[in-house]
Amino acid sequence: MLVLENIHKTFNPHTINEKVALNGVNLTLNDGEFVTVIGSNGAGKSTLLNAIAGTWLVDEGRILINDVDVTKLSEDKRAVYIGRVFQDPMMGTAADMWIEENLALAHRRGKRRGLAQGINPDERMTFRALLKEFDLGLEDRLSTKVGLLSGGQRQALTLIMATLQQPKLLLLDEHTAALDPKTAQKVLDVTDKIVKKSGLTTFMVTHNMKDAILHGDRLLMLNDGQIILDIKGEEKKKLTVESLLEKFEKASGEEFTNDAAILG
Amino acid sequence: MITLNNLISRIPGGVAQGLIWGIMALGIYITFRVLKESDLTVDGSFASGGALTVMLITAKINPWLAILTAFILGIVIGITTGMIHTRLKIPAILSGILVQFGLYSINLHIMGMVANVSCNPTKNDVLISMRNIPLAILTGAIFSLALIAIMYWYFGTEQGCAIRATGNNEHMALAQGINVSNMKVIGFALGNGLVALAGGLMAQYQGFADINMGRGAIVIGLAAIIIGEVLSEVIFPKGCSFFLRLTFVIIGGIVYYLIMIIVLWLRVDSNDLKLATAIIVMLAMALPNFKKGGK
Repeated sequence: MLVLENIHKTFNPHTINEKVALNGVNLTLNDGEFVTVIGSNGAGKSTLLNAIAGTWLVDEGRILINDVDVTKLSEDKRAVYIGRVFQDPMMGTAADMWIEENLALAHRRGKRRGLAQGINPDERMTFRALLKEFDLGLEDRLSTKVGLLSGGQRQALTLIMATLQQPKLLLLDEHTAALDPKTAQKVLDVTDKIVKKSGLTTFMVTHNMKDAILHGDRLLMLNDGQIILDIKGEEKKKLTVESLLEKFEKASGEEFTNDAAILG
Repeated sequence: MITLNNLISRIPGGVAQGLIWGIMALGIYITFRVLKESDLTVDGSFASGGALTVMLITAKINPWLAILTAFILGIVIGITTGMIHTRLKIPAILSGILVQFGLYSINLHIMGMVANVSCNPTKNDVLISMRNIPLAILTGAIFSLALIAIMYWYFGTEQGCAIRATGNNEHMALAQGINVSNMKVIGFALGNGLVALAGGLMAQYQGFADINMGRGAIVIGLAAIIIGEVLSEVIFPKGCSFFLRLTFVIIGGIVYYLIMIIVLWLRVDSNDLKLATAIIVMLAMALPNFKKGGK
């Protein structure tokens, strides 16, 4: 469960480049809730995700994950609770290391890393079975460098890594934006499968309205660093791109400025 | 006179010294290739290792203990650079330069404010010396093999993998809960530990420690690493195991020093060697970029 209380963040304060990125965000995510987050360019979607992940500390407000106050915790300490997939397929995996080494690193998330072997034979069996389950054609390539995989394969692998140690919260930062439509669909399918399998609390930022409507059971829309729409339950199920755009214009008093989101 | 016999007679000594430079390059490999940071501390820590080893050996301390102490001193030096970089947020390259610069004074203190301290192998118990070159080669080779084996094991452990991930992709490492700052400090520590150990071996081999003995160590280390990589790509175009890659660092050190011996044999002024080394390293580092089509 995730609680955000009155989150504020300003970049480059007191300079000509000052940008109020988050302006009093309040949010409570229940256990097992899958929320999709959408907004215009610069609305603060990814900023909010980074605030939760601890990429930097927020200026004001409190962040709780499972009743633990993580507001002041560094990124690597928060990783105990958080699984994460980035927009850039290169960011979530170590390119020069093998598939099994990447998985083994993820398998030790939140644990002490000592002088035991970095990967043991039992793990290798588990990883092979897991990769087979997702049908990525990677189960026989455990000792292939991740850098040789396609962007889609790397994103799918990052997803598996993010959930290998079951996280309290899964953060997806436009994780299909850099992929071609077909691959993006496949990665989204893997996402749904993983989230459903373990009932993960998930926070998915997307630039694609259709994806935001189609996936998850709650939808947030951000504008100017604030949540302006919070749609759940039956209302979420009935959403269409048109009705969502209408709601946005009513709530913000402006037009939605992200062509990719509408056309995508 | 330039005669072939003259050259051949110099080769064994060159191999012995090349092995020691290769061991130093193993230390630089940890920071330069595993962590992907340029650590310029090594010019200082190499001399620190040499200075401390000679002072301890001439004080009749067991040479094994002396070299272990030098290793530990190198670790402390590396931790210093690592802390300056990660805690004070000073760029790694500058942190290294600062520590290397400050070490000049510390190294002088270690040597009792004398710029050069001799360590006569006939009067002192040493592990490796140019007085017995075949034995020196054997000792150097055993040291190299043992260190490669330890590094091979270590970088396969959970901690070693975390250090590799840190150097490979910091975002990924952070997302997997790895404390990247600590991993960098450990990497700098181990790297400088090995460099100081090599400094201790070199001081014993040449029979003295000198305040300037580490000057250009980083360049020599890079030369060894890159020559080794070029050779490994020629011999194993499909890539080779980590163990072999480390072995090629040692081979790179030997080849580098043999090139130097040939250059000297050709009567090039020894004062021009540094320029020659700099040009060789520059060309070797530029080579892969040319192959990529100038991108």
